[in-house]
Order: sequence, then structure tokens, then C-alpha cells
Amino acid sequence: MAQENGHLFGSGHTACAGCGQAIAARLVVDVTGKNTIIANNTGCLEVFSTKYPESAWGVPWIHSLFENAAAVASGIEVALKYLGQKENTHVICQAGDGGTADIGLQALSGMWERGHDILSICYDNEAYMNTGVQRSGLTPFETSTSTTPIGKLSLGNPRPKKPMPEIAVAHGLVYVATASAGYPQDIQKKIKKAISLKGPKYIQIHVPCPLGWRHDSQLTYDIGKLAVETGLYPLVEYENGKLTSVRKLTKIKPVEEYLKFQGRFKHIMSSPELIKQIQAVADYNIERYGLKMEVAASAAVPVTSQPKA
Amino acid sequence: MRELLEGSEAVAEAVRLCKPGVVSAYPITPQTHIVEGLAAMIADGKFTSQFVNVESEHSAASVVLGSVATGVRSFTATSSQGLLLMAEVVFNIAGMRLPVIMTCANRAISAPLNIWNDHQDAITVRDSGWIQMHAENIQEALDLHIQAYRIGESPKIMLPVMVNMDGFILTHGLEVVDVPTQAQVDSFLPAYTPLYKLDVNNPLTFGPLVDPDYYMEARYAIHQTHKDVLKLIPLVKDEFQKVFGRPTGGLIEGYRIDDAEKVIVAMGSVCGTIKDVVDSLRSKGKKVGLLKIITYRPFPADAIYQALKDIPKVAVLEKAVSLGSYSPVLTEIRSAFSKPEGSGLASYSQSHGKKKSPVISGFVIGLGGRDITIDSIKEVYKRLGPKPISEEYIDLKPELLEEHI
Repeated sequence: MAQENGHLFGSGHTACAGCGQAIAARLVVDVTGKNTIIANNTGCLEVFSTKYPESAWGVPWIHSLFENAAAVASGIEVALKYLGQKENTHVICQAGDGGTADIGLQALSGMWERGHDILSICYDNEAYMNTGVQRSGLTPFETSTSTTPIGKLSLGNPRPKKPMPEIAVAHGLVYVATASAGYPQDIQKKIKKAISLKGPKYIQIHVPCPLGWRHDSQLTYDIGKLAVETGLYPLVEYENGKLTSVRKLTKIKPVEEYLKFQGRFKHIMSSPELIKQIQAVADYNIERYGLKMEVAASAAVPVTSQPKA
Repeated sequence: MRELLEGSEAVAEAVRLCKPGVVSAYPITPQTHIVEGLAAMIADGKFTSQFVNVESEHSAASVVLGSVATGVRSFTATSSQGLLLMAEVVFNIAGMRLPVIMTCANRAISAPLNIWNDHQDAITVRDSGWIQMHAENIQEALDLHIQAYRIGESPKIMLPVMVNMDGFILTHGLEVVDVPTQAQVDSFLPAYTPLYKLDVNNPLTFGPLVDPDYYMEARYAIHQTHKDVLKLIPLVKDEFQKVFGRPTGGLIEGYRIDDAEKVIVAMGSVCGTIKDVVDSLRSKGKKVGLLKIITYRPFPADAIYQALKDIPKVAVLEKAVSLGSYSPVLTEIRSAFSKPEGSGLASYSQSHGKKKSPVISGFVIGLGGRDITIDSIKEVYKRLGPKPISEEYIDLKPELLEEHI
């Protein structure tokens, strides 16, 4: 169906105000265009976009179960090959962080290993938001969720995020990238790049969730940006197993700048020791991916400029 | 052409003749020979299909869900634990009205682990909305697969079909079978023309969230369609006979039941053994017979009622249990003789006024592949007396129970 607002993911769905996932999902399908078929795991996106008898989708779209979109997408891809229609059609398998990194990981691993020409997208809002903000494998260290609550004996989630991009890279994918709802043009650039390549691709998009992260709904973009600017969510690209691009940061902000707007980190903000631990996570990323823009004296001057006399 | 084939090979031949564009499966004994056969045919270019080696049965079922939703005829096969792992997808496929065809090589359910035949796997997903048919022998297994596509893909039906064949007994047994020609199958089975599919030129949303305002109607619609299946299956049987010359299929088959005083009701390969016992006892003047259930879902309660209403004593012989209750088929057959008012199943078991009912007894037999011998069957006929029996296990070993329980 043609969508009234000109997008293939239409307005009128029931996502919360400021939902980062809804913003990202629209950006993705706007790039892949009408020749796209989407298989979607169960989750917020599925629930808020397809409440019968309405649908926000202007492309063929299927939801089966929580953990099997990758296998359903595999079936779609081979069926299109059988019909001789694969060349003209993009197949997307998409899920939240739980559907990707936890319950859906086995099917996703199978799909990647088999080499299907499918783009998998993880909308990473870092917990099971649809069921009330429970911890997932992509919930960050020391985050307060409904199943990792703060208590006398608990500082929140005791484990770091599962390294999904690395897991994807280990499968030999042609393209792996991280992106953020704070950088819409970067999302679209990466989707364009992904669909220009044949084979399995994975893009993990950081999508702020006002409900689960407990931030003001007008801050979605800002919080998305801050996660990147603090080094907590590095934006990187891998092609055929090699790190090919990193979004460099001219000024790296301290993690408090990101944490302070979110209720899920309130307990951290009142403890200098916990802030240090989160800063260590950012510092590790900064070091590992070389996030800091090196501003050497010579490089700071454009080569075409003339030195003043 | 008549050929000596293993049951799994025969099914692979039948599936090849139906030309599925996608085949996906995960290895499990005793199913695996079927998809190995298909993989070999595809590797040799004997037919064109996309074979997808998946990492689990859950994904095997999901792959064919996706491919049938894209409008391509597909096939999968499984057994036992594989079917239970698929169970979530099995329900989903039926709910989404996608005519997936699957072989279930019937096998016991763990624990304890056991790879041999019984019917607990298929029985456990009987409420999923799938059409379930049971083959007695390898020829029937072959034929029922061809019928399954015809039935499931019928525009009025659009439901998945599970063809059940007893693990090892049929999957690994050898039989001379008539393998149809491609021309025969093509004349019987038209190309799949889906009513709906994932198509970029007509973008539809499949699998939406359905709230209490709409959910019941979706389930009710499947239930109603099963009533249409009860009408369609005998017609498909007739058409099949016209093209292939064999009376395979249908809802039930009566064997020497017209004047019978004792009838055993059963499904699957054990019916062959029972027929031998019937012939032997008949030769000694005993009035015994067999009622074979071919179509278990939809449950042909009315046909069973008509076939059994004048029989004094009936034994339901089952390779499955409902632990903590009476066995499933026994319960359903007894309900076919109860008054249907208020059950919502009126057209499954039409009211016949003052109902006659045989004395209906239930026997559990052959769990986990325990041999069912001629003597086992004779024992069942012998035990049928004036009072109904409900929980008899045939060929139990009391010495094991004493030792271990």
C-alpha cells in the first residue's frame, strides 16, 4: 500500500513519542526502497507497526515468531532465487536486541553461515522493552532494568554487552557496521553500502528508548549522539572481516554527559566509583577503535592553504 | 513403474514428482533418508529446488514458512524431538494459513531417549491446525504426499499437511511400490497458485498483532476449514483413483467390518499386522475386523460413528498416551458416540438421535518401538469383553516394573 506520508514505513503507528527504533526503521526502508521484503522478529517494532487491521508497512512484511525471522528470511531468499526474482529484491531480517543477540541468535548464526544475501538489522535499545524493560544480552554494564534492579546487593546488570558486531564479523560477513539513531545520514549511508554488496550483512543500530531508558522523549537524537561522543557506542564498519572505518571524535565527552539524562543510570550518577567503571568501558572502546581524532599540528592545516608570510 | 524402494526413497520420489521449489530439513533419525534422497536428486540435477541445510528443526520449519509465504511450494520432514522443537512454528504455519507439506517419521518422545516408532510426536501437535494423515504402508506414504499438496494447497483450504509414516517400520522398510509418472502427477496436482504471497508489487503484511476483537475469528476460521477438509479428502481420494488407479486415502478404511462383532481401530503400519490377524481369525469363523484411521486431523468422528455404530465391541489400539488421562484416540472415539449438543463439533459428529454405542475399550501398544506381534493383536481381540477397558497396556513386562518402580 502507498503510504500517505511518502515513506514506506508510514505514520500512525503506535510507537511511543521519541522512539528511536521507529525513526531508524523508517530510515532503513526509505533507502532499500519498494523492492524490499522484510521478515521481522517479535518485538516492539512488530507490535507497534502492525496492529491488525492496520499496518505501517508499504513493503511486503512478515512476522512469524520471536526467534525465527532469520530462518523465515532465508526461506524468502531461496524462494526468490527459485523464482528468479532475487536479483531485484532486497531481503531484510530485522529484530530488536533480544531477538538478535539472545533468542534469535541461533537462527541468525545459521542464516549468516549459509551465506544468504540478506541484510540483518538489530535495533538495539538495550533491553526487552516490549515486555517491560527486562535485561537482554545487549544491556550495558550496570544498567538498571526490571530484571536487574538496583538493590542493596545489586548495582544493576552485572555483565557487559555481548559483542554482537564481533560475533557477526567472526561469521565472515561481507559487511558489519554499527550505527545510531543520533546519526540518521550515517544510518542511510551504511544501509546503502550494505545493499550494494552481495551476501550476508549486519547493521546494529543504537536506538534510544525514552520508556526503557527513562529519558525525555525530545532527547532521542541527543542521547543517541552522546553515546557515540562519549565512546560508549563506537560507530564502526567492517568489510570481509577487516575494520575499514571508524567514526573519529574531535572532542570526547565524559560518560556522565550521556548517563545523566537517563533514569536507568541514576544510581551511577550518584557514585563516582561507578562512573569510573563506566568511563573504563568508554576508554576501552576509545583505545581499541582509535576513536580519538589525532590533531597533529601539520595535519590540522589543510594542505592547499598557504602559510602566512 | 514398479520398483523395490525403501520407504524414505519412495517418499523422496513422491516429493520430487510434486516439484517443491524449496526443501529444508535438519537431520533426525529415522527421517533423514528422505531428505538425503532429495538432496542427492537435486545434486544430480534430477529436479530443480533450493535445498537449505539449517541449524535446527525450528529453522527448517521457519524456512519453509518463509518460502511458502513467498509463493513457492516447499517441503520439510522431521520426527520426534524435531517435531517438538518445531512445535511453535508448526502452530504458526497453520495460523498463517500456509500449505507447508511435511513428513513426520513417527518416533517416540524422550525421556527416556528412544529412536523407535510410536505416535506420540504427531499426537502431541494434534491441536495445531495441521491436517494429519497416517500411512499404513510405503505405497500409501508415497501416495499421501501427492494428495497432501493437492489438499493443503486447495484455495478453499490453505492449511499445512503432515503425512505420518511409522519410523523405521515404513521409513526403512522395503516394498515394491508403483512410482507414478510425472505426467500422472502433473495431471492430478496443478502448480501452486497462492491466494496471497510476499510480493513487492502487492505489498501485504503477514503475521500482524491481533487483539481480542479479532483473534477468535481467526481460530474459528481454521476450525471451520477443517470441516471442509473432511468433505474434500474423499473427493481427492476419488480423483486420485481415477488418475493412478489406486484407492489410496480418504478418512477411514474399514476392513471386514460389515458383520464384525469385534473391531480394532488403529492408525499406521500396525494396520497391516491387524489385517493378517483378521484374516486368520476370520478363517476360523471369528467375526473380527479393523477400522483404519487415515485422516486423524480433522477427526472424522461422523465417519467413525457410521462405521462402528452397529459393532458390539470396539478396541482402540494406540501408540500414544496422554499421561494422566485416557489415551487420545480412545477419548475422541468415545466422544464420537456421546451427544454432540453444546460441544461445538456438531458437524464433526452429527446427531443421530438415540445413539447406539459399542463397548469401547482402549489399549496402549508398541510404545518406543516395542514389537507388535500377531499374538499381541490376538490378545487384544481376546480381551474384548462385555465391560469396557480403558488403560490396558499390551506386552508390558511386569518384571521390569517390579525392578525399577
